[in-house]
Amino acid sequence: MKRLLTTLSISCIAMIMAVPVIAADTIKIGFNLEMTGDIPKVGESSKFAAEMLKADINGAGGLEVGGKKYKLEFIYEDNEAKAESAVTTTLKLIEKDEVLAMIGPNSTKQAIPAGQVANDNEMVMISPWSTNPDTTFNRPWVFRAAFLDSFQGPMAVNFAIKTFKAKTSAVLYDLSNDYSKGLAEVFKKLFEGKMGAGSVLAFESHGTKDQDFSAQLTKIIAAKPDFIFLPDNYNQVALIVKQARQLGYKGEFMGSDAWGSSELMTLCGKDCVGLHFSTHYAAAGATGATKEFIERYKAKYSYTPDDVAALTWDATGVVLKAIQNTGGLTGKLKKDRKAIRAGMAAITSFGGITGNMKFNEQGDPIKCGVVVQITKNGEFAFNESICPE
Amino acid sequence: MENLVQNIINALQWGSFYALIALGYTLVYGVLTLINFAHGDVFMVGAYIAFFSATFLLTTLGLPGWIALALCIPLTMILTAMVGVTLERIAYRPLRNKGAHRLYVVITALMCGLILEHANLAIFGASRKAFPPLIAEHVYTIGGVTFTNLKIAVIATAFLAFMFLHWMVTKTRVGMAMRAISYDKFAVPLLGIPLDQIIVVTFILGSGFAGLAGLLFAMSYPVLEPYMGALIGWKAFIAAVVGGIGDIRGAFLGGFLLGTVEIMVVAFFPSTYRDLIAFTVLLVILTWKPTGLFGIAKTTKI
Repeated sequence: MKRLLTTLSISCIAMIMAVPVIAADTIKIGFNLEMTGDIPKVGESSKFAAEMLKADINGAGGLEVGGKKYKLEFIYEDNEAKAESAVTTTLKLIEKDEVLAMIGPNSTKQAIPAGQVANDNEMVMISPWSTNPDTTFNRPWVFRAAFLDSFQGPMAVNFAIKTFKAKTSAVLYDLSNDYSKGLAEVFKKLFEGKMGAGSVLAFESHGTKDQDFSAQLTKIIAAKPDFIFLPDNYNQVALIVKQARQLGYKGEFMGSDAWGSSELMTLCGKDCVGLHFSTHYAAAGATGATKEFIERYKAKYSYTPDDVAALTWDATGVVLKAIQNTGGLTGKLKKDRKAIRAGMAAITSFGGITGNMKFNEQGDPIKCGVVVQITKNGEFAFNESICPE
Repeated sequence: MENLVQNIINALQWGSFYALIALGYTLVYGVLTLINFAHGDVFMVGAYIAFFSATFLLTTLGLPGWIALALCIPLTMILTAMVGVTLERIAYRPLRNKGAHRLYVVITALMCGLILEHANLAIFGASRKAFPPLIAEHVYTIGGVTFTNLKIAVIATAFLAFMFLHWMVTKTRVGMAMRAISYDKFAVPLLGIPLDQIIVVTFILGSGFAGLAGLLFAMSYPVLEPYMGALIGWKAFIAAVVGGIGDIRGAFLGGFLLGTVEIMVVAFFPSTYRDLIAFTVLLVILTWKPTGLFGIAKTTKI
């Protein structure tokens, strides 16, 4: 009797496991995105770019893997821009939706914990936008399409010293955001390394939900820095820059790639005109495939794609290439995920719309970045391109 | 010295918002002994109402900024008051009439707050709204201290609102009825004081001033999002408790106290420790005076 039960339950489990194998003419890819919460525009851009890519490939009959055409199915899940939701969303995509690979989360705050889950469950994850080293560090299953803060930090330091002729600086960052905190620390170390100890005159923090920054800004302005480094999300940038101007600050700001949302200028308006930030690509003045992408995106969604959209396009492209590198899918989830991991490692160079990238052993791309300046029309115009030495 | 004066102005402005919201908590608590946890979200709804009326008046009707502002103030206050009264009518009154314990009403209030947040998210989406500038902001610098016309207006409004409410509660017949109900909810209606009407007046006042706070907040920090009321609402509630919940002076003072502590901690300590130090200070005050600065000990409290 007992043996019968065991056999029955094993065959039951086997049948349940077998169901997804039968429906294997589609390739399921999960998207773990910030669709609501603090940075909804980031999730939206990502989704729009992915939808465009999916329509392209499915329109051409599907993705060819090992001589067979597969239709793409993208599953979008909202992580509410929260670390804990990013973890449950990742688990849901791995276990319930049974996706082959996951794109996102974009923001470091969500990408670090989600990366842990993806790595533990042995599924390829690629974060389009996260720049913090910890996202991919010692995680063979986790990749990214963006450059690192260890590269973005020097970019900001060198640019500010050269262009603003800055000898001193101040930093205001978001304490509860790994991205902002990490970048602020990299910046401080490098700037003081170049300009001497104590050249970062003020190093202040705030919370994610804060709306008033007057005390921090009063302290910073009283220290009279040559410029303020502000590695913050675009929604806070709008408030901080405005309040700094209200407190009489007339100097420069230097920002990071989290500024680069199309929503920045609707929120910030004329206060942000003329400011600089480092980012992944410049929409104004792009050429070739990048230009084609921007024009198509603009025609479809009627606004200029921000860097997240472009990076999602590239990240998804990288994953699709890795799937093609497997040379054929077996329909067995574990085996295919492993093959995709091998396929990722086999990519030596990828020509994306945000530039050419090569992946190092940590799963990080080596690529160039740009510094853009905000024009009067609210466009992010190319100012300088900086490549890794 | 200049920095100190500058930070006092910063603290007064930031404290004004806590004070205006805390007044609403304390009014409702004073009359109903109900902690209206939806109040922070009523404030958020107020900011959104201000946003829609301002956009309508400025772009659709094409009115100049100062007329739009003059119309926006009463419009926002009335509409937000209606939201507050609706909440009372559909959520709190049925429970009260059924004789439900206060605890259930507090939980209902919490849920109403969440409903307001998520209804907003569902209807208007997650992307933020940029509040249109109603008046031209001028930056004045006197002796190294910088302030704007808007900051002065915010602080002045908070003081006027407090004086009005204090006069209302202590000097008018409605105020006397409010205090009477607060004293005894069962005997006083027997003396011919209409309980439900007085409660409606309380909600009108509390929500109306939350709407005013929402408008001023949206003008000062012009980025609106559905969750903007949650944190500031909780903090204003803490301010009301520290001041002594149920007392108008307590809420007003508590709001400015919390604003001042938050700003001054950042001004003189590393900003990383702001909330840690700020709330430790408040905890010490409560340990020393558990009923708050102006509170009177009562036997039952939640």
